[in-house]
Amino acid sequence: MPTKATALRKLKPIVAMNEALNAAMAADDDVVLFGEDIGAYGGVWALSKGLQKKYGEARVFDTPLSECAIMGACAGAAMAGLRPVIEIMYVDFMTIAMDPLVNQASKIRLMSGGAFDLPMTIIAPCGAGTCEAAQHSNSLEAWFLNTPGLKVAMPSTVYDMKGLLTAAIRDNNPVMYLWHKVLYDLEEEVPEGDWIVPLGEAAVRQEGEDITVVAYSLMMHRAMEAAAELDGRVSVEIIDPRTLHPFDLDTVLRSLRKTGRLLVVHESPVRCGVGGDIVRRVCGAGFELLRQAPQVIGGMDSPIPFSKPLEDAVIPQVSDIRAAIEAMVE
Amino acid sequence: MNFTTDQLKRMYTTMVLIRKFEQNTIEIFAERMKRGDFPGALHSSEGQEAIAVGVSSQLRTDDYVFSTYRGHGHAIAKGIPINKVVAEVHGRATGTSRGYGGSMHLFDKRINFMGGNGIVGAGLPLALGTAYAAVKRGTDQVTAVYFGDGGASQGAFHEAINMAAVKKYPIIFVCENNQYAATTHVSANCPIEDIGDRAKAYGIPGPVIDGNNLFDVADTVGAAVSRARGGEGPTLIECKTWRHRAHCMVIPEHRPGKDRKHWASRDPIDQMRAHLTAEGIADAAAIEQLDADAQEQLEAAVAFMQDSPFPDPAEIAGVVYAD
Repeated sequence: MPTKATALRKLKPIVAMNEALNAAMAADDDVVLFGEDIGAYGGVWALSKGLQKKYGEARVFDTPLSECAIMGACAGAAMAGLRPVIEIMYVDFMTIAMDPLVNQASKIRLMSGGAFDLPMTIIAPCGAGTCEAAQHSNSLEAWFLNTPGLKVAMPSTVYDMKGLLTAAIRDNNPVMYLWHKVLYDLEEEVPEGDWIVPLGEAAVRQEGEDITVVAYSLMMHRAMEAAAELDGRVSVEIIDPRTLHPFDLDTVLRSLRKTGRLLVVHESPVRCGVGGDIVRRVCGAGFELLRQAPQVIGGMDSPIPFSKPLEDAVIPQVSDIRAAIEAMVE
Repeated sequence: MNFTTDQLKRMYTTMVLIRKFEQNTIEIFAERMKRGDFPGALHSSEGQEAIAVGVSSQLRTDDYVFSTYRGHGHAIAKGIPINKVVAEVHGRATGTSRGYGGSMHLFDKRINFMGGNGIVGAGLPLALGTAYAAVKRGTDQVTAVYFGDGGASQGAFHEAINMAAVKKYPIIFVCENNQYAATTHVSANCPIEDIGDRAKAYGIPGPVIDGNNLFDVADTVGAAVSRARGGEGPTLIECKTWRHRAHCMVIPEHRPGKDRKHWASRDPIDQMRAHLTAEGIADAAAIEQLDADAQEQLEAAVAFMQDSPFPDPAEIAGVVYAD
């Protein structure tokens, strides 16, 4: 809940993230921000707009176009006791930064016997839907989830974009904060002031009786649309996990006690994917709650193609989600 | 570089301690392997002692060091107690990384020893972060990062040195060119004679020195440290050296005998011993005493390790994530 809530106002995601950064930097001199085009320009997504002017070049700065160096600098700065935040311009570019993240940042706490904490946040836009083709459209959360030592936040609402980023920056571990590009123009009413959304607490976006749909990021919105189309015919409960690690299994199990049916929807590939793992958890902890086989829909076994009809075909659309719900309930 | 007699003797003893540690660890590992008890990977730094000790002679306790998988010497020279190094390479709870890291991952936060690395060249980007932190905080701490001739072929080498040069970060990039990346000769890794020459591309100094001569190392690193503390930016130092052993224990010796013979005549400890004797700092008896001191430290450390428990697996989950 907001700490200093007053009136409501309209806010967009990037402004919400910028506000979270601003508040974190004002509160803690150890919070620093760097990446490509982050300084005077203010970030290609406008993430850091105004922050260099306010906090100076020592805390907000441009780097060379070198994702490996950026991630390495981030991990090293965290080892030295700072609380760095970096932007990787597209999550796709994480491939270049994987060694310092996966072999270094996620493992250094363990390899040092717990001596070094690495409080660091990696902000990266993700997802398809903007016709940017196969190397600017990925959803890579499963990679990061398969890396012990990392946490993964995937906000879907403007409120959460601010609250989860605040939580990520305060967390003492490396956190991947992945926001969906298609949500860039989302506008929501949120309170004035600052707030935090703790990592590991799911949100019930809509209550329902017949089926539980677990969906995050852009797919949460599409699941809501599908549920609206089915309104009056099927009562859909929609759970947004908000963070994938830590994962709030209890909220999902509580919902399944009512519905007995589970559908997981995500954009990243189904193969070895997030949904399969959620189903594994549910079967392990609450198999008796399920009255039929749980289902997962997600990205096709394909890189993201360019042309709009092709792009739409490889990731779940509202109609796909609606069809999956109908198939399970009827 | 002016060292006191005491400093010279201490540096000599540390070099000997590193060598004895390497030889002892190989013995213990070989014995275990014979029993079918595989003890893990071991990369001996025997022969490269002058670099580790020479670099550390120019650093303060609060300066940062990033090491490699061939980093026992770096760790001992920076000041991780020998007991904790021995205990770590043998997987004990009393090790410097509590048994979670092993030979390739020696860490000691108290002296800003930021760890070895199992990934070739991966320390260079990390060094940017500690160097940046020092600049941001306005301290004059420097960061030294070691890597090998193989590491200089990694993309991380370019990204890190380029960014450090652009930002004028206080980093000393120490390339230990021991001529071979695993089994591949440096000529197959680098098309030019000296890796140090690459510094020109970044507009920074790139001295190429005899890494087996402690005084050359200390002088060159000393100048680089002054430059870094003064805000003038990084230096790339190429130290030509030679490891006495093959890449690791499971790779047989493959290097030409004439090269081994050539480098055997330029052993860093022999050179140091000759210097101490020639300068009248230590006679044969005094040298013998310093060698015995190192032997005693090592034996005590091995005994400490043997008395130490293994880590408790019940604690793993609490080590992965911070609260």
